[in-house]
Amino acid sequence: MSAVAAAEVHEKHTGSVPRILVFSTNNISDPGIDLAGSQHMHYSPGVEVISLPCTSGIKPSWIAHAIDQGFDGVFIASDGDECAYLPDCAKRAARIVSEAQAQLTELGHDPQRVKMAAICSVCAEPFTRQVQQFSATLAALQAAGAK
Amino acid sequence: MNSEETTVAGQLSPEQRRIGVYVCHCGGNISDYVDVQRVVDAIKDEPGVIVARDTIFACADATQENMEEDIHQYGLDGLVVASCSPKLHTVTFRGVAKRAGINPYQYTQVNIREQDSWTHGDNPEGATHKAISLVKAGIARTRLTTPLEPLVVETTQKALVVGGGITGLRAAIGLADVGLEVFLVEKEQELGGWVGRFGTMYPHDRRGSELIAGLVGEVRRRSSITVFTNAELMAKSGSFGNYVAAIRVNSDLPELIHVEVGSIVVATGFDTYQPEAGEYGYGIDGVVTLPEFKALIDASSGPLVHHGRPVKTIAYIYCVGSRQPGANEYCSRYCCAATAHAALQVSGLDRGVHQYHLYRDIRTYGKYELMYTDSRKNGSVYMKFPEDTPPSVARTDGGQLTVTTHDTLTGGEELTIPADLVVLVTGMVPRKNEELMGLLKLPVGTDGFFNEIHPKLRPVETVVDGVLIAGACQGPKNSTESVAAGLAAVTQSAAILKKGFAELDPQVAEVNAAACTWCEKCIDACPYSAIEKAEVAGRTVAAISPSTCKGCGGCVPVCPEDAIDLRGYTDAQIRAVIDTMLEEPVA
Repeated sequence: MSAVAAAEVHEKHTGSVPRILVFSTNNISDPGIDLAGSQHMHYSPGVEVISLPCTSGIKPSWIAHAIDQGFDGVFIASDGDECAYLPDCAKRAARIVSEAQAQLTELGHDPQRVKMAAICSVCAEPFTRQVQQFSATLAALQAAGAK
Repeated sequence: MNSEETTVAGQLSPEQRRIGVYVCHCGGNISDYVDVQRVVDAIKDEPGVIVARDTIFACADATQENMEEDIHQYGLDGLVVASCSPKLHTVTFRGVAKRAGINPYQYTQVNIREQDSWTHGDNPEGATHKAISLVKAGIARTRLTTPLEPLVVETTQKALVVGGGITGLRAAIGLADVGLEVFLVEKEQELGGWVGRFGTMYPHDRRGSELIAGLVGEVRRRSSITVFTNAELMAKSGSFGNYVAAIRVNSDLPELIHVEVGSIVVATGFDTYQPEAGEYGYGIDGVVTLPEFKALIDASSGPLVHHGRPVKTIAYIYCVGSRQPGANEYCSRYCCAATAHAALQVSGLDRGVHQYHLYRDIRTYGKYELMYTDSRKNGSVYMKFPEDTPPSVARTDGGQLTVTTHDTLTGGEELTIPADLVVLVTGMVPRKNEELMGLLKLPVGTDGFFNEIHPKLRPVETVVDGVLIAGACQGPKNSTESVAAGLAAVTQSAAILKKGFAELDPQVAEVNAAACTWCEKCIDACPYSAIEKAEVAGRTVAAISPSTCKGCGGCVPVCPEDAIDLRGYTDAQIRAVIDTMLEEPVA
């Protein structure tokens, strides 16, 4: 059974879908997420997006807060190497994720609840695939009783 | 804080806000899947909501007028529109707010089409819950908005063009023709760049040197264009709309010429890939790059002769230096068409020449496909080689140049082609220009070319306001595409400069001086030098220049005291959005 199918089985049995907060960026990844909608690709309605100018502007404490308050996971749809603001954006984003994971560990949450992937302005299919897979990972964590 | 208190002197507390919320059906694009009436019912009693309505098309003129009437009638001070992507109508609804007297930055666009109804058409109940969650979050964000005023700067109606190739020349002419005074800086002694040295070019079979001569003539005819050749941009000071550029003309002269400009168009072009010695036999007599081959063709009026030997068989090897993992991973785009065109030129000089094209993929896109077809009709043979088994080039003991390849389309058969000339089809690489990158703070991509904000939506703008990029300095482009980019930079410059003033986005970072301890971490996080030391109430703190800050927020997470906020994306707003989203269950 694929991870995505496992998530569907989990949803059927528990009646809930993992809730994912996505941090996107106004010029790069948010247009890619919009494109997924324009192409009527499907992912869980448990996925909600907050768009910012740049991935490097995400506070690690926002990630920890979101999960601590009830989101099952945070997905960072990052600018990757396409950031128009900061040439070292990918490195900064990696540091932000590491720090968020450290905060989550301190709060007793599994650091796997944060995931990051570069999503470009035409990355409709990669975004859909990424959130579907992440949803499956979170469902598996939930099934395993992880906090 | 109780609801009667105000957050800042003169500003209402979040609970005192008067917000209008409009939930759009978008015809049926949203309401076919989202129960719009349920959304309105769910949010109408949210704190601060005074008006909550559904609308068939929020963007329709009549609806915009209704919104304006509501704003006046109910004294609204905030606006939420839940409809399509903010990319489409943020400007539209900011306009509604502004016309009706609300600060445009106290309006929030909520995307319930691309990021809800269109992607959850398989789950209308889930889509409706999500819409309620998103709209409530938008309201929560709007409650915490503060009026923001764009920084208005007067702009100098002059432009600087860096680079006197085909892109820079065409841009200079365009800028002059929209009424701007232009300074054109070219590093070389002569204008024209690469194209000025080219012979016959595709797609119109006109000589590059003639095209450039025509453009240079046009430049000379315009008294509003000042040309500096053998010149370099040495420094840039000032800020958006009023830059001062320091130009050195002739490196022996110590004096700099200072010019005031409102915008800067960078059109510094490209370099060509230079193979390493031994790469595909480069260095062996008879192995040449595409530019070297073009020079040979341009110098020939009859059958080709290379180093005194007639050329009767040519093997072209494509993608040399392009699409190489770990090196230049991008496709150079122009080289397939340029080679097909070169093959046609060779056929025109001598129909008896055998031409073999060894390729990974042929990318003669658009109308250039016709040149590929014509070259095949003229006898060119195209053979696809496997990516993991590229051709090899050698000169035998008998002195014969040979190319050995595997032809994918005949089952990977190994073929050895005796050739008089081997042409390595080399692409474009970024021009090394560290000084210019540093002084203009131009963002560079991993491929080494300059980065625009968005290749489709803002194709010549950089995050540095008023600094535009055009042509092959952005990435591989042919001359047609480069000129189009140059003209886009003209249009953008005109939009910035012709009004005589420009507005800067006020959504920039700001420091809470009371919390700042001047640890200097934010200074290191800002590559734009927007943060400086300041004295506030006897304390040393960080201060951010609104006209220099690009609004990326890169300084926000590095502050150990949480003393920096990005306006429009404040800590309080993001946390409120997160908390409010979670109030609504998912289905």
